[in-house]
Amino acid sequence: MTTVAMHASDGLLDAPTSVLFGAVAVAGLAVAVAGSRRDLDDRTAPLAGLVAAFVFAVQMINFPVLPGVSGHLLGGALAAILVGPWVGALCVSVVLVLQALLFADGGLTALGANITNMALLGTAAGFGVAMLLRRLATRSRAGLVGVAFAAALVNTVVAACGFVLEYAIGGQGAVSLGGFAAALVGVHVLIGIGEGVITALTVGAVAGARPDLVYLLRRRAPLREVTS
Amino acid sequence: MSASVLHRPGDSPVHRLPPQVKVVAAFGAVLAVVATPREAFWAFGLHLLVLAAVWALAGVPVGWLARRALIEVPFVLLALVLPFTGGGPRTEVLGVSVSVDGALAGWNILVKGTLGVLTSLTLAATTHPRDIVVGLQRLHAPRLLTTIAGLMLRYAEVIAAEARRMRTARICRGHDPRFLWQAGATARGIGVLFLRSYERGERVHLAMLARGWTGALPAPQGARVGVRRWLAGVSPALLVAVVAGVGLWTA
Repeated sequence: MTTVAMHASDGLLDAPTSVLFGAVAVAGLAVAVAGSRRDLDDRTAPLAGLVAAFVFAVQMINFPVLPGVSGHLLGGALAAILVGPWVGALCVSVVLVLQALLFADGGLTALGANITNMALLGTAAGFGVAMLLRRLATRSRAGLVGVAFAAALVNTVVAACGFVLEYAIGGQGAVSLGGFAAALVGVHVLIGIGEGVITALTVGAVAGARPDLVYLLRRRAPLREVTS
Repeated sequence: MSASVLHRPGDSPVHRLPPQVKVVAAFGAVLAVVATPREAFWAFGLHLLVLAAVWALAGVPVGWLARRALIEVPFVLLALVLPFTGGGPRTEVLGVSVSVDGALAGWNILVKGTLGVLTSLTLAATTHPRDIVVGLQRLHAPRLLTTIAGLMLRYAEVIAAEARRMRTARICRGHDPRFLWQAGATARGIGVLFLRSYERGERVHLAMLARGWTGALPAPQGARVGVRRWLAGVSPALLVAVVAGVGLWTA
């Protein structure tokens, strides 16, 4: 079974575009750092570190998309629903940075684009969908599972669309944009369905055991309570 | 996949170089490679020579690097398809009609992706993961990010091992992980894994509080790196940049 590497490599985007999206990623990360401090105060680092380790471990679990093609979880929507959009975006970003620096997974110059797509755009879109459907999610377990599925599907497709946008600005391939977009988004709809199923079942399992840990189900002032 | 599987401990000048210098050099070199015009074929040969010189200095075998560069294969496949799908003027290679533009685009992705992966691998092979985080810290990455990264590295292997043990336990109890039927069990496993990670995070936080945690890890004090050390460290990247510059100028 071949594995689809989901992180863009060097050479797909030209140098100015790489630098541009590097800057976008840095700006987005600064916002996420500020937001996550509001969510978690001094517990940010240890908890986010463990959640990042969790995202890292989850990305090692492959699931089949088509015969011979498997994808792995991006975990953006999952992290956003469980720990909130800010901490979620930070964790996915840290995972992407370390994957590029330690495992050569994803190009160094494509890091900005990868963070923009998967950690910022994808997580924001996934969480946006979840917030829009929050009524549904808080009503019943089935609603929550459905919302998690939709959020993860949108997360994956939006991340792919982000790459289409970057490719339109500074792509280095000789394929027409339409064909490229259709192929990339098509594959990612399939990956997104897999991501959606796993995310939905995972959120359902967490909500069954510790509903207090699901960020989406919390009311105000999340995570302020003292934990023992 | 262990958290330090790509690191090759050693005592070469490349290994001893301060990590922040290596991180800057790696990013600079890859950016210069990406900026090199694709028609400047000779430039990519020189880029590879510079990398090979670094490998020789660091004592990293080429075969070791080549095996690990296979991570790039999906993009190589894309590069191989482009010559046949590209538009524009076409030419005959061995009796097969290929698009000139598509062939150049495929070459571009192939050569830049490969050089990029080899550069990342060189950095990973000569730098301990912990030191990469220290390097990022010394480059003034936000403290919160480097602390998260450090903790993630410390616990990634713990969490991954927990996931493996849970999988083994499922299989021991008669679980048959195949295609879509594994989704339910896998997802419940991931759910439990999240709970264990999060609760471990809470315990780690309490343990850190008990040891005087103030919200930031103390930064290890490194000796200041002099200008000459910096220049020596980034000299391969500077060479690559000069080659890229000449390529741009002559293109």
